[in-house]
Amino acid sequence: MSFFSFGQSAQIDIVLNDAETRKKAEHKTEDGKVDQYFLFYDGDTVSGKVNITLKNPAKRLEHQGIRIEFIGKIELYYDRGNNYEFVSLVKDLAQPGELTQSRTFDFEFTNVEKPYEAYTGQNVKLRYFLRVTVSRRLNDISKEMDIVVHTLSMYPELNSSIKMEVGIEDCLHIEFEYNKSKYHLKDVIVGKIYFLLVRIKIRHMEINIIKREMTGTGTNVYHENDTIAKYEIMDGAPVRGESIPIRLFLAGYEITPTMRGINKKYSVRYYLNLVLIDEEERRYFKQQEITLWRRGDVVRKSMSHQAAIASQRFESSSSDEKALAHAQAKEQ
Amino acid sequence: MSDPTVADTRRLNSKPQDLTDAYGPPSNFLEIDVYDPQTIGVGRNRFTTYEVRMQTNLPIFKLKDSVVRRRYSDFEWLKNELERDSKIVVPPLPGKALKRQLPFRGDEGIFEDSFIEERRVGLEQFINRLAGHPLAQNERCLHMFLQDESIDRNYIPGKV
Repeated sequence: MSFFSFGQSAQIDIVLNDAETRKKAEHKTEDGKVDQYFLFYDGDTVSGKVNITLKNPAKRLEHQGIRIEFIGKIELYYDRGNNYEFVSLVKDLAQPGELTQSRTFDFEFTNVEKPYEAYTGQNVKLRYFLRVTVSRRLNDISKEMDIVVHTLSMYPELNSSIKMEVGIEDCLHIEFEYNKSKYHLKDVIVGKIYFLLVRIKIRHMEINIIKREMTGTGTNVYHENDTIAKYEIMDGAPVRGESIPIRLFLAGYEITPTMRGINKKYSVRYYLNLVLIDEEERRYFKQQEITLWRRGDVVRKSMSHQAAIASQRFESSSSDEKALAHAQAKEQ
Repeated sequence: MSDPTVADTRRLNSKPQDLTDAYGPPSNFLEIDVYDPQTIGVGRNRFTTYEVRMQTNLPIFKLKDSVVRRRYSDFEWLKNELERDSKIVVPPLPGKALKRQLPFRGDEGIFEDSFIEERRVGLEQFINRLAGHPLAQNERCLHMFLQDESIDRNYIPGKV
């Protein structure tokens, strides 16, 4: 038995019952490393086995009880002393006694509530994990296993487009439009910028996705702005009456669903920032919030159905071709 | 709603552009030339003036084509007025060249051709950058600098 971590008398392993079938998801840790974790949803049962292996089979392990916990907690980086556990479940695996040989314990947390999505941010972290603790007089032995939780949403009933006219009087007027206000994480932002008045010399235009993380309340409020994406949509000087299309695929970017007031501790919100830059590097911008949501995995429809949709798009353009051919024939 | 698995990425409908807008002169035409340096006076009282010609179709400027003569200190006056009265970050002027004004130089000092040319380029860049700034265009001092024959240093500062 030692006071330091090496030479621990027992090794703890946690193995899930559905480890073979359960999907894994990538998640970034606090130090920026990306790893794979088992993926759970709200209401999923978390069950498995705890293997406790004695390092020295001859030596008995005395303990004050063995238990497993399922914990969901929020860690504020600037306030780690305080504990914000919003889910805390315990199962006792063994009463105080002694282990004479390695043992396996079963556990099950049935239909566990997991109300929030796991999130690792710049000032806050929300995580779910299993923790096995072997209590002892001087120092406990424990093992943690993190899991990732995703929150899914349904297609929103109302998803109006965003359309607005903005500008600087007598100088620059534009009308911008984005096809939706709520986008899922693999969606495409389709929009357009229409120029009503251009009295400045614009060099190019870009659209940025900005992630804003707000943590804390009262006097301790932290805002972190992060530009997730920069996408140039126009190069050169536009004139009045020109329409610039926008097509921005979200799937390639590191984004999460919009999170508002998670346990009253933090929010993560996303904004589209339209930026026009003139010849003297002056920037004119308009920020607009969008809601991001996570769609459940969509079942692949049959290939013929997808082909039908693709041909529908072709039909409208081929009818134009027919009209043009008809007009040319008429001229002759 | 049509099949949600395949996103609709077709362009949004937009009004076709009027051809006079597409091929006509743009509404942002603004060009200022600083040229024709002339050194006036004799001996210690010499100074150089430059012709400042502005051509524009911006409605905020009264004259669409104006020509005035200005010297370096006039540019300095404009910079100071704007730094005091407006919130903009004024672009830098070419240097004051105080060293060139000291006596016992081997060359013509501030009347050296190469220096005048360097300064002319810097002044041209300065005034073009400034005149294109939407906030600077609201200031009376800019309009007076560009389009009044002479600068009235006792003018009342304000917005156009």
